[in-house]
Amino acid sequence: MDMQTPVPPTLEVRGLKTHFFTRAGVVKAVDGVDLSVGAGEILGLVGESGSGKSITGFSVLGLIDAPGRIVEGEIRFNGEDLRQASPRRLRALRGGEIAMIFQDPMMTLNPVLRVDTQMIETVLAHRRVSREQAHELALQALIKVGIPSPQERLRAYPHQLSGGMRQRVAIAIALLNSPRLIIADEPTTALDVTIQGQILYEMQKLCRETGTALIWITHDLAVVAGLADRVAVMYAGRVVETGATADVIGQPLHPYTRGLIASIPTPATRGQPLAPIPGMTPSLLNLPQGCAFRERCARATGACLQAPPAVEHRPRHWARCWHAGEP
Amino acid sequence: MSAPAVTTAAAAPARAQTPLRQFFADFGASKLALLGVALLVLTVGAALFAPWIAPQNPYDIASLDILDSKLPPGSESGDGSMTYWLGTDGQARDVFSAILYGMRTSLLVGSVSVVAAFFIGAAAGLIAAYFGGRVDALLMRAVDIQLSFPAILVALILLAILGKGVDKVIIALVVVQWAYFARAARGAALVERGREYVEAARCMSLGWGRVLFRHVLPNCMPPLIVIATIDLAHAIALEATLSFLGVGVPVTEPSLGMLISNGFEYLLSGLYWISFFPGIALAIAIIAINLVGDHLRDVLNPRNAL
Amino acid sequence: MLATIIRRLLQTLVVLLVMSALVFAGIYLVGDPVAMMASPEATDAQREAIRASLGLDKPLPVQYLTFLGQAVQGNFGNSFLTGEPAMRLIIERMPATVELATVAMSISVLVGVPLGIAAGLRPTALSSRAIMTGSVLGFSLPNFWVGLMLIMLFAVQLGWLPASGRGQTVSVLGVPLSVLTLDGWASLILPASTIALAKCAMIVRVTRAAARESLPMDYIKFARAKGLSEKRVLGVHLLKNILIPVVTVAGLEFGQVMAFAVVTETVFSWPGMGKLLIDSIINLDRPVVVAYLMLIVFFLVMLNLIVDIIYTVLDPRVRLEQRA
Repeated sequence: MDMQTPVPPTLEVRGLKTHFFTRAGVVKAVDGVDLSVGAGEILGLVGESGSGKSITGFSVLGLIDAPGRIVEGEIRFNGEDLRQASPRRLRALRGGEIAMIFQDPMMTLNPVLRVDTQMIETVLAHRRVSREQAHELALQALIKVGIPSPQERLRAYPHQLSGGMRQRVAIAIALLNSPRLIIADEPTTALDVTIQGQILYEMQKLCRETGTALIWITHDLAVVAGLADRVAVMYAGRVVETGATADVIGQPLHPYTRGLIASIPTPATRGQPLAPIPGMTPSLLNLPQGCAFRERCARATGACLQAPPAVEHRPRHWARCWHAGEP
Repeated sequence: MSAPAVTTAAAAPARAQTPLRQFFADFGASKLALLGVALLVLTVGAALFAPWIAPQNPYDIASLDILDSKLPPGSESGDGSMTYWLGTDGQARDVFSAILYGMRTSLLVGSVSVVAAFFIGAAAGLIAAYFGGRVDALLMRAVDIQLSFPAILVALILLAILGKGVDKVIIALVVVQWAYFARAARGAALVERGREYVEAARCMSLGWGRVLFRHVLPNCMPPLIVIATIDLAHAIALEATLSFLGVGVPVTEPSLGMLISNGFEYLLSGLYWISFFPGIALAIAIIAINLVGDHLRDVLNPRNAL
Repeated sequence: MLATIIRRLLQTLVVLLVMSALVFAGIYLVGDPVAMMASPEATDAQREAIRASLGLDKPLPVQYLTFLGQAVQGNFGNSFLTGEPAMRLIIERMPATVELATVAMSISVLVGVPLGIAAGLRPTALSSRAIMTGSVLGFSLPNFWVGLMLIMLFAVQLGWLPASGRGQTVSVLGVPLSVLTLDGWASLILPASTIALAKCAMIVRVTRAAARESLPMDYIKFARAKGLSEKRVLGVHLLKNILIPVVTVAGLEFGQVMAFAVVTETVFSWPGMGKLLIDSIINLDRPVVVAYLMLIVFFLVMLNLIVDIIYTVLDPRVRLEQRA
């Protein structure tokens, strides 16, 4: 019998809780998140602003600043426990095997440093190569992401590039050290729709070719629909539904996911009134007891005063809802 | 469909606080600021009540005994009538008493100049903001030029021209300081000018003087008050410096700066107390004002706070 | 860029003219210079002779123009005291003051910037609060008193350092400098530290404010996300951003230090321009005072211009926009 040692997923997060201890109270930005991504897989992490998706990304990299910190949970990268890792090890991973792309490239690229400086330092921080070699690598990375006249762009300052180009530079930086995992935090939100499409396509291609795992954080379910293999939906700090993209979008289990899908205007619903989800997102300072969605949910009952666990209702399709799948 | 539930952030304790009470609460939160206030009260009190607290009037020549000169701190006077807690200087004056009287002069000169500079500067700034155009441009050029020159130089030249005397020193200080108030007042007034109540007042055909001083000025007070406190510290330090250099107050009405200057020559012989204690008194006064002013600034403008 | 420089130079010229008029008005119109020059027993005829020789019998505009004409040539008349050309006296003493100011500012920046960054990194930590309180002390304590206390401690009590005067100098390109000798440093350190205390406090505050504004920025977070060492994040990414406001402030403060050296030089009997100025004011040596004023005005205005230029060099956003 062929006993294969199961390959651990590239990233596995279990029960992650990141809280911010502010003067006004404890903000439970992430309050119980499970997710996993395998090599070459693209996971879409979807949620509205304040749902905790960005914080989840930062938590993986250990980039949570005071007054926040990770209070609970397991984060494993290729089996390695990141919470136990030394600061030195974490620093070696960041920008190396785990890369991150931020949302607004105007703010993430240092305005007073040239592009080549910012790219070369990333290479030199992780590999022992000469400056010339690092420069060459930077050039190659820019070509890979489709930036025209890369030599000139290298010598430019961030504010001299357009928004789309800056984000491509950010992606190039992420790719410099051939990461095993890329966490992209709303990288196309600030860009034109056409550029967005291009970048999505290129990212997908790159991941397939290199076997890099990608977590794409966004608030736009439509973006994720065309891009991701699996989807995780976040609400008020928790992942409420997780599964293959086709499953989650085609047959959503959680009422929030349903609401999200229903509220997207499509050609089919043209002429009809928009259908938003009633109510407002609860403040993370003051979460309702039990299921956080309870106060906006049509299916809510007394049972919902207890926080529902994640249950695998279908193969590889989980949801946190006592009434999962009900109409 | 469930009723929309709008939850706000953790319910803050209901506080029926007037802005003034809020201000005092915020201000009192800093122990340093309270320390500053305490020190300030101490120094002002000492200065005000000097004639009653001081064991000796150091400017009454008749009460001095030349044999008691240059005594170290803690010595007894020749006739046993008093203890020179902080020692005596070259003319047998009790340093402690001299400090109390000197503090009076220092605080007086400083406060008067700040108040005068406040009114002149604030008026100038408000007028500039209100009328705009050439008046504004001219005034701000003057302010810019004035501010780019070191205060000490301006003061020195003025005193070189005007000569010695307490009133001349005050004039010099006012000239040095008005520009800060003018700039701050103009800035604040520009913000206020766009507001509706100014429009309303103008619609009622109120004279510009009235609009400016009854309506706009009160709203510009916070930054002006902060500048006033900081400026007071500067004024006192500047006056002390000028007196130390010998171009400030006359010998008959010495300020702390002059006392320090007097003691300079004795420093090298080891008679430190003649300069040292007046200096400490001066430093305490300035530090107290700065502590208060610093925190005032933080309280009145939350963006700067820790 | 060139257009801007030319424009600024013209503005500078205008300011200089205005200042020269003010100085002229202030010094030559107030009081009677003849009374200063002549001895009390001088006869009327002698006074008239002096008046004529000073050109005081001519109409005002002519006097002013003569003054300007002479000024441009660097001739401000001779010192009433020593008879030497006033400008030459001042230029002789300039290196001492410039040296003192440069050393003092260098100390302030080298000490103040790291302290400011440290205070900005962790604003609520005890060390940061201590630094900030220290800075309040730093600029509260009157400059001359700090000097006196330093003399008291290091010169009188401990006897380690001299209480006054400048140390041994070495001539570099014809300019005597004392930074190059150990003895020179022994005399430099107390006066420079006196000045540096207050300036350091100011630099700490400016740096801290700039650091607090820059540290939460995304590019700092991104730099960390790239796995860069903290040393590089703070030393390159942060520093280059806060350097802009810090350098601007330091540059302007240098001008203030040059002027305020007057006090320190008096306390430490440092043979610089400032001491000369005070002595001249007290002795009513007007030509020297005028020469000093014009020189300082010129210097300050040029300094402002240089700081502006440095600002554009440091900040690529400003520099490149101007070229566009």
